Amino acid sequence: MNKIPILELQNVDTYYGSIQALYDIDIVIYDGELACLLGGNASGKSTILKTILGVCNIRKGMVKLNGERIDGKPTKYIISKGVAIVPENRRIFPRLSVLENMEMGAYLRTDRTEVKRDIERMLGLFPRLKERLHQPGITLSGGEQQMLAMARALLSNPKILLMDEPSMGLAPILVDQQFDLIHKVNQQGTTVFVVEQNATMALSIADRGYVLQTGSIVLADTAQALLNNEMMQKAYLGGEN
Amino acid sequence: MDVYLQQLPQQLVNGLTIGGVYALIAIGYTMVYGILFMLNFAHGEVYMIGGFAGWWVLNLLSRNNVPIMNAAIVISLMLIIAMAVTGLLGMMIERFAYRPLRKAPRLNLLLSALGVSIFLQNLVLNYQGAEIRFFHVSSLIPESIRVFHIGNVVLSFTRILVILVTFLLMALLTVMVKKTKVGKAMRATAQDTEAATFMGIDVDRIIVLVFLVGSALGGAAGTLVGLLFTQVDYYVGFQAGLKGFTAAVLGGIGNIFGAMMGGIILGLVEALATTFFPSAYKDVVAFVILILVLIFRPWGLMGEKIPEKV
Repeated sequence: MNKIPILELQNVDTYYGSIQALYDIDIVIYDGELACLLGGNASGKSTILKTILGVCNIRKGMVKLNGERIDGKPTKYIISKGVAIVPENRRIFPRLSVLENMEMGAYLRTDRTEVKRDIERMLGLFPRLKERLHQPGITLSGGEQQMLAMARALLSNPKILLMDEPSMGLAPILVDQQFDLIHKVNQQGTTVFVVEQNATMALSIADRGYVLQTGSIVLADTAQALLNNEMMQKAYLGGEN
Repeated sequence: MDVYLQQLPQQLVNGLTIGGVYALIAIGYTMVYGILFMLNFAHGEVYMIGGFAGWWVLNLLSRNNVPIMNAAIVISLMLIIAMAVTGLLGMMIERFAYRPLRKAPRLNLLLSALGVSIFLQNLVLNYQGAEIRFFHVSSLIPESIRVFHIGNVVLSFTRILVILVTFLLMALLTVMVKKTKVGKAMRATAQDTEAATFMGIDVDRIIVLVFLVGSALGGAAGTLVGLLFTQVDYYVGFQAGLKGFTAAVLGGIGNIFGAMMGGIILGLVEALATTFFPSAYKDVVAFVILILVLIFRPWGLMGEKIPEKV
């Protein structure tokens, strides 16, 4: 496989005020792959996403998207260059209709007929959303909101899709569905970077994974190798010691 | 009782007129609150300056208190220029008094708004003086259409104008907010600012637009009231601002359609109150309503009780 890096974090340090949150982070995500970032509470997972999106400024290192440096650029610019995110807790617009929520996902696109076609395509992928097209987002169930958040993110035609804790707040059966869906989206060609606490679930679909501990990457390997790693077994996968 | 019934249609018309004005002012409060969670106390002053801008245009287009142009053109220009001036003023207030405080505690923003309010009031007082400025409406509007009588309802031309313009502006705003891309982006930003940035929406530009539109509507209200009551002075913004704010809270602050409803209801209730009580009690009634709403339905008529974000 010809590996083209889409997103790169090189030696990144991020601070909140005087408190350092990330230490010398190195992450590379290649075109077409499904990578995951694992870590417990307060390990810095969200900070990494905020750093990619330009919400947090870095103090050292660089962030590159398709080879172009994006650190220090405003969020809007980074989004316009092909980054989309399904935020933690989905964050759909509660009083916009399902259709309007999807239109917001395509906010920066100017190819209106293409957008219409893509919305139709999403409705084919998520028939449940079609039934609720003109309902306010807040009336959807948790699983439907997850579908909507995914559809909304995909409608920007992202080069890379970031997913922040997709299993958060969902019933176990919905978590399975959710990860099947992420897998499917990736199979259809979208590069995906999943940030997740549920390591077993994430590694079951991912190609590669990074493990974050108190702001540093402590492990980086293929998903298979991580599943077999002794430290991973003990700390994250709940295996027998 | 008969006397009251006879007065009812007239009071409904009066209520609808002033209610439309309250609604226009309330929209400005509610749009800003919806996105920034702040009360823009300078909004009443924007309304006042809208009134002065209309008066200034009227005088500019008049010689010896007689307009030099067709009344329709004069009135259109008054409204357009008042809206342009106040729209620009709103954008400047946002840029210089609120944006630098975007990350500061809400209380700082509130104080800044009060500061802008006092500043604008005194600026106008300094340049215009304290005396009342009159709109020479009687020479502006031809005698033949100045007043209509329908049954026992007296309907002045300016009253019809105010009703038509306020409802037209509200209809345009509704179309903008409901149907256009930028209107949808405005609602998205108000509902979840951070999620809106993740869509690539430029929140700063949306906020500027909110100030532009809200202030322009307030400015239009200022000129319309000038035409209706034929006068303006540097202090009219205080009272109008309070009424607009009351209407916004009544409708559910943050909700644009609530602001429209709240304004019209407030106008109607005030007008009806004057049929039963001396008209001096008009404001008492308005603020009793505000207090009752705050006690029994603090989220307003159309506002929603929104659970705290997790």
